[in-house]
Amino acid sequence: MKKLINSPDAVIPDALRGVAAAHPSLHVDLENRVISRAQRTPGKVGVVSGGGSGHEPLHGGYVGFGMLDAAAPGEVYTSPVPDQILAATQAADAGAGVLHIVKNYTGDVLNFRMAAELAEDEDIQVVSVVTDDDVAVEDSTFTAGRRGVGGTIVAEKVAGAAAEDGADLETVARLATEVNERSRSFAIALHAGTVPAAGKPGFNLAENEVEIGVGIHGEPGRERGEFAPVKELVGYALDAIHADRPISGDVLVIMNGQGGTPLIELYGAFAEAVDWLDGHGATVARNLVGNYITSLDQAGFSITVTSLTDELVRYWDAPVSTPALRWGV
Amino acid sequence: MTLDTATTIAWITRAAELVRADESRLTALDAAIGDGDHGANLARGLAAAVTAMGEKEPESPGKALIAAGRGLVAKTGGASGPLYGTGFRRAGKELGDGGDVGQVGAALEAMLRGIEELGGATQGDKTIIDALAPAVVAFQEAAGNGSDLHAAAEAAADAADAGLAATVPLQARKGRASYLGPRSVGHEDPGAASTALILRALADVTAP
Repeated sequence: MKKLINSPDAVIPDALRGVAAAHPSLHVDLENRVISRAQRTPGKVGVVSGGGSGHEPLHGGYVGFGMLDAAAPGEVYTSPVPDQILAATQAADAGAGVLHIVKNYTGDVLNFRMAAELAEDEDIQVVSVVTDDDVAVEDSTFTAGRRGVGGTIVAEKVAGAAAEDGADLETVARLATEVNERSRSFAIALHAGTVPAAGKPGFNLAENEVEIGVGIHGEPGRERGEFAPVKELVGYALDAIHADRPISGDVLVIMNGQGGTPLIELYGAFAEAVDWLDGHGATVARNLVGNYITSLDQAGFSITVTSLTDELVRYWDAPVSTPALRWGV
Repeated sequence: MTLDTATTIAWITRAAELVRADESRLTALDAAIGDGDHGANLARGLAAAVTAMGEKEPESPGKALIAAGRGLVAKTGGASGPLYGTGFRRAGKELGDGGDVGQVGAALEAMLRGIEELGGATQGDKTIIDALAPAVVAFQEAAGNGSDLHAAAEAAADAADAGLAATVPLQARKGRASYLGPRSVGHEDPGAASTALILRALADVTAP
């Protein structure tokens, strides 16, 4: 394994030092491992997220004006711990309550739940919205439930914009819930990422294989499929999304790399997605193309489709200034 | 013998040693059907549990387990931190100042109930519960038949090993392995594997 690191144990502290040095508008608490805005806005609802590291820019890269107030990065692919999430919640609290946006994984849900109880002991009102937009997992009593993936970015942007706009906690939470309900994602990997502490890829694929319905932690997908041109792979993903929640009207599309995909390939994939959506009577009204929720150096793509409303478009277009998303300011 | 405070501390210390020694095996099990971090996370969490017990000398076996549980919650992360942490805290509350074989059985049962309530898993879901539930039954049966603490702990550890082996043909219905659907069949559950180590540690430290 060759990684641009000093040692597997130093990956997160070193990265946090770099984030602090690169972004003076952020405050990085190296001891508690919390990234927060350097200044808080009194009376504004706080928006907090967090989860395992290795998905950058998610979540620390979305801290800033118009989006998150604080993020708690855990160990690689491991949820943060309750005390750490409490510290992030305290950093985000400006007297109007705090929204936790939690991706649906057992560890994240449990640790955020414990942190919310600790925050309530300190008279900070917390509401949690759990995102679960990955259609690759069958939503049934036979699994831990669908995973939270790319739709989380949209939820963070919309909730953050509403909070910036002065919306109350209930409204901010309602919007995050609405985004989650209107978002669906699907991912296909060409090769797995390598966790620094593990030293080898999470799974191995032959030259002619792809991992279909893969998650964001190198966990294998539901099945192996045959490698195919990008048009077919993107069509497969969109068919899966469409079968789950029919796509129509104006949509937001995130064509996301998994950390190890050249941007030139992602643009090719986006072109195929636009063609597919045109053919199904949907219009790509807003988009992101790039690495927005990654799995270390995993190669492949995920596609997130959010069915838009005028209100969601307004909050999506609202000014944002974070390391990873910046417009209108 | 009874499970006194020193033996309780020795139990968690031994569990930390066993998990550390088997870290790569736990990680390999987790890589097969999860995300490959269970060994490293639990080794870190149990080391923190040992540290937490050493910070302020526990007044009772129950207090020692509660301190260990807090250390696990604070440092493990993932699902195993809250699950094991809650389990040890519940066991500690049940144990209190006691430590005879019947009280330890009740404490292990409290651990099981705590983990079941928080995680929502039941036996057969391919989780910690598949090792812990039969271990609790075996411990209490042995205790009911007049076994001493060590013999009951041995019975529990053996039942946990058998429970672990029985997870191989199961399809996971909770935790990250559940995302794999039928592909989770054919592997040992890493959570059940670490539970078996924790119970083996109890048998080790109660040996005459």
